[in-house]
Amino acid sequence: MIMNSGIPLEFYLVLATVMFFTGIYGFLTRRNLITMLMSVELILNSVNINFMAFNRFLFPGKLEGHFFSLFVIAVAAAEAAVAIAIIINIYRRFTTINVEDVNQMKY
Amino acid sequence: MNPESFMIMRHELVLTLAFVFILVAEVFTGERNKEKIKSIAVALFAIVTAAGFLPAATGSLFGGMYEASGTTTLMKNILNIGTLIVLIQSYTWLGRPENRDRIHEYFLLLISTLIGMNFMISSGHFLMFYLGIELATIPLAALAAYDRYQNRSAEAGIKLILISTLSSGILLFGLSMIYGVTGSLYFPEVAAKLTSVPLVIMGFIFFFAGMGFKMSLVPFHLWTADVYEGAPVNVTSYLSVISKGAAAFIFIIILFRVFPVISMTWEKVIWVIAVMTITIGNLFALRQKNMKRFLAFSSIAQAGFFLLGFIGGNRLGMTTVIYYALIYIFSNLAAFGVVSVIAEKTGKENMDDYDGLYRTNPGLSITLMLAMFSLAGIPPVAGFFGKFFLFVAAAEKGFYVLVTIAVLNTIIALYYYLLVVKAMFINKSEAPIASFRSDFMQKLGLAICIAGIVVTGFASGLFEMIRNLSYGI
Repeated sequence: MIMNSGIPLEFYLVLATVMFFTGIYGFLTRRNLITMLMSVELILNSVNINFMAFNRFLFPGKLEGHFFSLFVIAVAAAEAAVAIAIIINIYRRFTTINVEDVNQMKY
Repeated sequence: MNPESFMIMRHELVLTLAFVFILVAEVFTGERNKEKIKSIAVALFAIVTAAGFLPAATGSLFGGMYEASGTTTLMKNILNIGTLIVLIQSYTWLGRPENRDRIHEYFLLLISTLIGMNFMISSGHFLMFYLGIELATIPLAALAAYDRYQNRSAEAGIKLILISTLSSGILLFGLSMIYGVTGSLYFPEVAAKLTSVPLVIMGFIFFFAGMGFKMSLVPFHLWTADVYEGAPVNVTSYLSVISKGAAAFIFIIILFRVFPVISMTWEKVIWVIAVMTITIGNLFALRQKNMKRFLAFSSIAQAGFFLLGFIGGNRLGMTTVIYYALIYIFSNLAAFGVVSVIAEKTGKENMDDYDGLYRTNPGLSITLMLAMFSLAGIPPVAGFFGKFFLFVAAAEKGFYVLVTIAVLNTIIALYYYLLVVKAMFINKSEAPIASFRSDFMQKLGLAICIAGIVVTGFASGLFEMIRNLSYGI
C-alpha cells in the first residue's frame, strides 16, 4: 500500500547512490580521522535509504528492509563508539588526528 | 526453546557462558590475583573446544535465520582449535606487567569475536550474516589497539576499524541491490529468485569487494600489512588465521548456496582476483624485512590459494578449502608462535636478527623450518597435500592456466620461505639471539602446532571426513 507516491523509486535510488559515492570520495580524500568516520556513516546511511526505498516501493507487504536498516543504524553506532575511542588514543599518542601524520608503518 | 535447540547452537551458547564466567571471575578476584584469570580462561576455553566435539545436532532456528549443519559444526570446531592455540601462545605475553590489570579484556574481546564468527558461519539470513561479521570485526579493532602505550598498536587499530567499516558499507550496498531484485534476505529464497540481471551482477561485485576486504584479497589488501605489523603478535596471529579462515568459510558457503545462478560471472571474477592475489602477495613478500610484515604478505598469498578451491564450485573445492584452512591454521600459528616467543624474549622482529638462530636455539629453528615448509608446500608436511588438493579441485573444472600460474607462484613462495630457513641455518651472525628456554605454555602451543602439521598431512581419514560433510553447487 503506497500512499502519496509523488516521488518515484528512482529518485531515492539516485540519492542513495550519490550519497554512497560521496562517502567513498570523502573517505579517500579527507585527511581528518573524524571526517573519514563521517564519510563511512554517509555510506551506511545510503545503504539504509536503499533498503527502505526498495522495501516500501517493491515489497510493501514485508518489513525485512526496514528491520535491516534499524540494525545497520545500531551497529554503526557501535562502530563509531569503538572508532572514536581509538581516535582518542591516537590523539594522545600522536597529538594529532591527521592521517598523514599517523604513518609509523609504511611498505 | 527445547533442549534440542540448545544443542543446535551449543557453540555460541557455550562461548557466551564462558564470556559471562570470565566477566564474573574478573569482578570477584582481588587486585593481586588478576594473573589467575588467564589460567581460568585458557582452561575454560579448552572445555569449550571439547564441548564443540559433542555429537552434532543439526537444524535451523529462529525461522531459518540460524542454521547448523555438519559442515558448520566442523568449521566452528576448526576455529575453536585455532583459537585455543592462540590463547596458549599468548599466555606468557599476558603476564607482562603492563597487561596485568586488563588480562580479562583480551579474553572477552577475543571470545566475542569468536561468537561473531560462529554466528556468521551458521547464518541463514543476510541480517544474521551482517551482525556476525560486525561482531567479529569491531572487537578485533579494539584488540589490535590493545597495546595502549604503543603508537603502532593505536595506528593498527584505527586502520582496521576504518577499513572494516568501509568494507561493510560496500558489502551492504551490494546486499541492498540484491534485496531490491529478490525481495528477500533468506539464503534459500535469494538463491531461488536470483537471476542474472545487471543489478544483481552489480550488487554481487559490491558484495565481493566487501568480502575481499575482509579476506584481504589483492586490490583490497593494503591495510593487511600495516595492521599485522602494528598489532601485538598474538593478535596478529589471530587476525591472520582465525579471522581470515572464518571469512573464507562464510564466503564459500554464500557463493555455493546463494549465488550458484551467476556462477559463470563469479568464476571470472575469482580467476582474475586469484591470480592477482597470489602474484602480488608473493612479490611483496619478497622484499619484507620485518617478520610480521613478511608473514602478512605470505598470508595474502595464501588467501589467493584459498580462491582456487572456490572457483570450481565443486564438492572437492569446498573440501580442500576446509582442509587447507586446518593446515594453514597449524602452520601459520607455528610460524607466529616462534616469532612471538622470540619477540617476547628479545624484542627482535627482523629477519636479519634470525641469523644463526639454529646454533643458539635449535628447537625454535626446527619448528619455524617445519612451518615454512608447510606454508611453502614441501612434500612430507601437510601443506603439500593441501596445495595439491587445491590444484586438483581447480583442475577438475578445467582451469589449467590458473593452476599453472599458481604452481609457478609456489616456486616464488618457496624462495622467500627458504630465505628464512637460510637465515637460521646458514647465515653467520656476529651477535645471534642468545640461547634461552621457553616456558611450558609456549612449548605446549608450538608442540600442538607441530603435531597438527605432521598429523593432518598423513591422516587421510580426516580428508575423507571433511569430504563427507562438504557440498558443491
